[in-house]
Amino acid sequence: MRELNGAARHRIGFTLNGRAVSGWAEPRLLLTDFLRQELGETGTHVGCEHGICGACTIRIDGRAVRGCLYLAVQADGREVQTVEGLADPDGALNALQRAFRKHHALQCGYCTPGLLMSLTDLFARTPRPSEAQILDVVGGHLCRCTGYAGIMAAAREVAAEP
Amino acid sequence: MCFGLVATPPVRYNRTTPREGREPARIMTEIAARHVGQPTERTEDLRLLRGRGQYADDLAVSPRTVHAAILRSPHAHAEIVSIDAKAALSLPGVIAVVTGEDVQALTDPFLVALRQPLHQWSLAVGRVRYVGEPVALVLADDRYLAEDALDLLSVSYRELPVALDPAEAAQEDAPLVHEAAGTNLVSVRDFSYGDPDGAFAAADRRIALTTRFPRHSYMPIENFVVVAEYHEGDGAWDVLANFQGPYSTHPVMARALRVPGARLRLRTPRDSGGSFGIKLAVFPYIVLMAIAARMAGRPVKWVEDRYEHLLAANSCPERVTTIEAAVRDDGTITALRFDQLEDYGAYLRAPMPGPLYRMHGAMTGAYDIPNLAITSKIVVTNRMPAGLVRGFGGPQLYFALERLIQRVAVELDLDPLDVIRKNLIPAHAFPYRAAAGALYDSGDYAKAIEIATGDGRLDDLIRRRDAARAEGRLYGIGFAAVVEPGMSNMGYLSTLLTTEARERAGPKNGAISLATVNVDPLGAVSVSADCMPQGQGHETVLAQIVADQLGLAPDEIAVNLAHDTGKDPWSIAAGTYSCRFTPGTAVAVHKAARQLRDKLARIASNTLNLRPDDLVFTGARIQARDNPDNAVAFARAAGVAHWAPATLPDGMAPGLRETAAWTPPELAAPTEGDHINTSLTYGFVFDMCGVEVDPITAQVRIDRYVTMHDSGKLLNPLLAEGQVLGAFAQGVGTALHEEFVYDSEGSFLTATFADYLVPTVNEVPRPEILHMESPSPFTPLGAKGAGEGNCLATPACLANAVADALGIADPQLPMTPKRLHALMAARDEPAP
Repeated sequence: MRELNGAARHRIGFTLNGRAVSGWAEPRLLLTDFLRQELGETGTHVGCEHGICGACTIRIDGRAVRGCLYLAVQADGREVQTVEGLADPDGALNALQRAFRKHHALQCGYCTPGLLMSLTDLFARTPRPSEAQILDVVGGHLCRCTGYAGIMAAAREVAAEP
Repeated sequence: MCFGLVATPPVRYNRTTPREGREPARIMTEIAARHVGQPTERTEDLRLLRGRGQYADDLAVSPRTVHAAILRSPHAHAEIVSIDAKAALSLPGVIAVVTGEDVQALTDPFLVALRQPLHQWSLAVGRVRYVGEPVALVLADDRYLAEDALDLLSVSYRELPVALDPAEAAQEDAPLVHEAAGTNLVSVRDFSYGDPDGAFAAADRRIALTTRFPRHSYMPIENFVVVAEYHEGDGAWDVLANFQGPYSTHPVMARALRVPGARLRLRTPRDSGGSFGIKLAVFPYIVLMAIAARMAGRPVKWVEDRYEHLLAANSCPERVTTIEAAVRDDGTITALRFDQLEDYGAYLRAPMPGPLYRMHGAMTGAYDIPNLAITSKIVVTNRMPAGLVRGFGGPQLYFALERLIQRVAVELDLDPLDVIRKNLIPAHAFPYRAAAGALYDSGDYAKAIEIATGDGRLDDLIRRRDAARAEGRLYGIGFAAVVEPGMSNMGYLSTLLTTEARERAGPKNGAISLATVNVDPLGAVSVSADCMPQGQGHETVLAQIVADQLGLAPDEIAVNLAHDTGKDPWSIAAGTYSCRFTPGTAVAVHKAARQLRDKLARIASNTLNLRPDDLVFTGARIQARDNPDNAVAFARAAGVAHWAPATLPDGMAPGLRETAAWTPPELAAPTEGDHINTSLTYGFVFDMCGVEVDPITAQVRIDRYVTMHDSGKLLNPLLAEGQVLGAFAQGVGTALHEEFVYDSEGSFLTATFADYLVPTVNEVPRPEILHMESPSPFTPLGAKGAGEGNCLATPACLANAVADALGIADPQLPMTPKRLHALMAARDEPAP
């Protein structure tokens, strides 16, 4: 196991959306702050920093996690996926993103990256989720703008796609 | 200081471009509404869905920037005896500590709408008055270090007695929040319209109830962000913040900083992560960070965290209302009497006490009630200062008024819907002047209710209720009829003052919107305007409006609503609040685009040798109405104004940049008799629902919810529906979940999302939404404000349904299981 000095900055490297990245982090630096401030990837948003609102949700090694409850040093050597990595390789919106737009599933867009990542995680492990499974995932996020109706409609549409 | 405006005569509204020498005649080119009214998908989504939004905390800052953290008061009321910053300052990486003494030396207290000594600075000066009040600011190389230093600050307090409950705080012997004011009850105003005393004397019945509307906040998921820099060379500040307006607060900030407004450049980012009124309250922090930046000689960045936000950012005021109706036995209400006590917390921040007066002209709601008495009282307490929260005085009013309507029905043994119908303003009465002065623009309330209850919807609710009750279950039906105001009269707050005081201060009225549309030498169109969108989709709607005017496609219109007070159009009403976008900014953009169209038509008429009236704008061409082949490309006509100004028609200014201003004449100043048309547009919302209360857990389940809206012409139905859905979810939160709770010493008990319950998808069903359109005659687009209706209607509608389900008279908000359980237990207790 790598030894860390609490007062020192450490070189951290991981794969972000398929690309090798690295930067410097004190052991206490949150992964959200590392992504946003050290790497300049500001798509991951910070809403509550106590794990409830879900805006900062990202995927690490294929599992959804709260970026605000994860230290940057814990991500060393892992595969990290964020909202910036969702669009198709040619830059076009993917099916989930298109469904969000069609169903007006976002207004201010601040909670949206977290919801997109949680639903991406759901569809990755359960391509045809039930209504209850979708509710369970969306229920882990706070959205203040939409009343969730558009989010549910978008998720149902993707769940029903062949 | 007087921000008074002189009423502008209607004739000037058509256009105002001072740069042009004279006013050209209105050109009647044909305009097809191809895009306005369509459910166009949003252009904003294309960046937001990719994680490429431009929120305040995403934007680059100077490498010299330092980071701020705030120490906050642990006491609800205390003297600050001393602040020892030595240990904090000795921490490596810490640059400065700012205290109340610095702030008192370098700034003036914020202006207050009342002539009362309720001094507030951006940090506590001498005394703290609520838990969470900023006491000191630490600047350090990064935020982590700044927070480390907070732990090393040592503050000694001497605790004082607290005033928390609004009614108790209003008593004469209550501890004083501001000693200099000599009382906590800082304003009492009595109003009378018609003959309320006569109507009450003649009434068959007098029916009254008291409601308490609780403190809460529709807090956005993005917290406050401020980046401030001081430019020594020109003695001016440059601030970026996710502020939302109203910009009547800009002079308040500039005055506090002791500079002319032009030396406080305030920029807002293109994207804001929600606001719902809340981000007005970033303004004291703008002043604080500005002072800190000047002291440090470096730019200062502060990002609020959720704990700070819950603790101290903003709350709606708590209102205790006693409302009484003079009623005939048939359910006709002949008079209303309101006694309103509103708690604004420790300070009266601008533009408070807005919520108490924003609905003033429209206190009679959807009903034709000619006699009205209102007593409006303002109390200060040792709780966080109140401010803007979506609905802004409307939820407080309608919780009392619509609960009263239900009580009238119960007491007279009438159907609540019959009491509503009997008192509704009739369709033929529009435009309708309400008792206290509101001029309702258009509507057909009875028809809206007929549509909502039709198609078996009401029958279904009754069937569900009857079936549930037959099984012994607790099921109730609720209704609420609500008039939804849009775009505030900037003069309404002066109703707070006596007629004499208003005369001394000068008249205040109107609501100015400003927008600029620009066409570049190659025909590319861009728009800037005086709104700060927080997710409403303003970019998309404005592109639809301009596209229709200029015969282009919406995606050919570049709209960037990042705003800069140094460069973009604005006046005091600027901002995104109180549903001013559709009746305000959208109209200004429409007018600016129309001015450009008129200009381009005259240019093209020269080229094509046709009268401007014979031209149509379509498909990026300007062409003869009856011969599409006789045409000039839009871009070519635009180029003439840039490349060949000498060939322009006589008197035409070169270039293609039009700024339009709009203020409607209906928004007059309060009259001598205190009549005030508080808003420009008045939509209508009718809600009905069925709920079931679990007899064991006392949880409320929303079984079916129908919401009917008349918001005039819908500019984009997809986005209008989004506004309804969002406001509904917030209304559900108010009704069932959300409340800021303090203990008996004023400590704050709801400072995490585990304690303060924002509804998730599991708590928010999808309501059935219905629309009808009664276009407003007072705006060129016919559109009304549409963003707040369910914040007004839903808490009242759900409370009425719960009251019906449980047979109780006093369902208080939020109707949590704990509260309902107590009410059910009291109801079930046998009489002694």
